[in-house]
Amino acid sequence: MDLNRKGVGDAVLAKACGRIDLSNADAFTTALSAALTESKTALILDLSKVDYISSAGLRSLMIAFKASKTENKGFGVAALQPVLAEIFAIARLSQVIPIFPTAREAVATLAPDALAQFDTD
Amino acid sequence: MKVTFWGTRGSLPAPLGTKAVRKKLVNALVKGAGKNLDSAEKAEAFCDAELSFPERGTFGGNTSCVQVDTGDQDYLLCDLGSGAREFSLSAIIKHGPKQPQTYHVLISHVHWDHIMGFPFFVPCYIPGNRIILYSCHDKMEQAIRGQNHSPCFPVEFEALSATIEFVKLETDKTYDIAGARVTGTLQLHGNDSYGYRIEKDGKTVIYTTDSEHKPQDKAGMEQVAGFFRGADLVIFDAMYSLADTVSVKEDWGHSSNIMGVELCQMAGAKRLCLFHHEPVYDDQRLEGIFNETLRFEEITRPDSKLDIVIAHDGLVLDV
Repeated sequence: MDLNRKGVGDAVLAKACGRIDLSNADAFTTALSAALTESKTALILDLSKVDYISSAGLRSLMIAFKASKTENKGFGVAALQPVLAEIFAIARLSQVIPIFPTAREAVATLAPDALAQFDTD
Repeated sequence: MKVTFWGTRGSLPAPLGTKAVRKKLVNALVKGAGKNLDSAEKAEAFCDAELSFPERGTFGGNTSCVQVDTGDQDYLLCDLGSGAREFSLSAIIKHGPKQPQTYHVLISHVHWDHIMGFPFFVPCYIPGNRIILYSCHDKMEQAIRGQNHSPCFPVEFEALSATIEFVKLETDKTYDIAGARVTGTLQLHGNDSYGYRIEKDGKTVIYTTDSEHKPQDKAGMEQVAGFFRGADLVIFDAMYSLADTVSVKEDWGHSSNIMGVELCQMAGAKRLCLFHHEPVYDDQRLEGIFNETLRFEEITRPDSKLDIVIAHDGLVLDV
């Protein structure tokens, strides 16, 4: 599972692609953990290119979210495709993990100091 | 086979209260206003045609008890939650108290909600009845005997009139019980629980309650899918949301509607039945979870459709 990531200020903006399921969820968990370690303030996950996520992938997100709490960092997902938004709602993850309509809105909330850099990039 | 649900709640009985009944009545009366419902027949027809299930009924409040009619003259039950009392009364009414019957019962585990109906299981008190309790759980006999014991219950186990037998089953071995082939498997649950695969005439019912499934445990998921393989009906513990099972209620030993759909899809099962309902959920909420599960199945459907139903006390399914 490739997770393209870049720093925006002290935060990390990561972008996942394709399908996240039992076959690649462990790699997804590892990649999220690495991205969270890289970030100083927050990890923002752009899911706009993810068309499906299974229970295994949802658990990866929950692990990253819990780790972010432990490390006192922000964590949020952004730009969910409609089907993904439905899955999040059915799984009730939308009641636990912060969800933002766009990556920009996530940055504005979780890493406001990085917004200028985000807009420049 | 025919499957009858006598109790479908998890953890403890959850009877419908006055407030909830009144809410249903008020809603029905408002919806029926001006419809000339001046006879029982018209009112019945209105209820069936224009009220949703949670508006006209309830999922019920009894804890786990499921009857599997294999066509055999003996009875076969899964668990003896509080729903067992309702079942036993219906059996006594059907046969009369003077016609002894044989009752075979598969016990998933001995947490209270799965055995609390035994002291009120009417056939226990009638000489001539034979009750055979089977479980892979090694504490089953101790728990059942201990429940009928002072000071928690006034009738000691030894005073029960029926012939009561305990049979310890081995996991992954198949037994002939009440005309069916029964195989047990270990499940992930505090103090252990066991699921049962019940096969008869080419049809398969899986009774799997009080079982947690770890979404990222590929080997575990495949093992469970193997146990469910090709089942016609999977009666599945869908007590919590997926988010609950991977956060605050992780390791509480229960599962979710999403895991039920994914496992049944992996297994090529034909029908999933949501079961062991969270006792704090009201009828509207359970109906909402059912509709969301239908949608999740639609979103994730591979080649063939998985039928989904939600259990309620009194539901009868043909398999």
